[in-house]
Amino acid sequence: MEIAFYIAGTVAVVATLMVITRHNPVHALLYLNVSLLAHAMLFYLLGASFAALLEIIIYAGAIMVLFIFVVMLLNLGKETAEQERKWLKVKVWVGPTLLAAVLFAEFLVLVLSSGQGTYSPAVVSPRQVAVSLFREYLIGVELAAMLLMAAVVGAAHIGRHKRLVLHRFLKEEVEKEEEKHEAVML
Amino acid sequence: MKPSVSIEVVVLLAGLLFALGIVGVIIRKNIIFMLLSVEIMLNASGLAFVAAGSRWGQPDGQVMFVFILAMAAAEVSIGLALILQIYHQHKSLDIDNLKEMNG
Repeated sequence: MEIAFYIAGTVAVVATLMVITRHNPVHALLYLNVSLLAHAMLFYLLGASFAALLEIIIYAGAIMVLFIFVVMLLNLGKETAEQERKWLKVKVWVGPTLLAAVLFAEFLVLVLSSGQGTYSPAVVSPRQVAVSLFREYLIGVELAAMLLMAAVVGAAHIGRHKRLVLHRFLKEEVEKEEEKHEAVML
Repeated sequence: MKPSVSIEVVVLLAGLLFALGIVGVIIRKNIIFMLLSVEIMLNASGLAFVAAGSRWGQPDGQVMFVFILAMAAAEVSIGLALILQIYHQHKSLDIDNLKEMNG
């Protein structure tokens, strides 16, 4: 079964590479969805079936739909792709990529020099996860609930569509000027 | 059904995905792609957590993954609402156009 693990890992890496290099936002989103499904496969092979389910249902199902809705709302299409093609030049991405590659090479050397050896992943059942979640990590669950509540209220507040008014005094001045203008016109 | 993998390979895979996410955040100028790259990084850290949990046979790794998931959902909802507002006010998603914040 190791071959399934390596295939899923390769798919995840290739799909992620495609995400960060595509010009069209919708293509990048679809590649990210493939990458998330590959992650779910990896989780399942590591014996974490509950995490795999959550990855598919919440990440690939809910969060990606949110992204796709925003891309639809903003009407990002060919013009965005053209703009991205203009922005993504070689001299822009080669420096950061090289530096990140250096950091990853350091990480590689450090991890490979530890010498842990192979193991068979232990299957951790959803029951164990639930018991741990609602016993030892109960306070974390409550904090996560508060975070989600704050995020919902915050998103509803930020996303409200209102007219651009720089400052209320400026708005009054603009109105006064308009009144003056109208009086002059009359 | 159980593959025998080495923990180094899994952690290296998570590190590689995380590095790809970092590169995506740095080289992109469109704010939607930056948010996507942050999602990649969160997923990579979740993979490292799950791998560690399966290495020791403890549920804590998956518990941390659940917390990462909740945090990602909150972050995405707020981030996308901010992106909508930015697009309505500036008619652009280029981060260089947001200089009025003086950040």
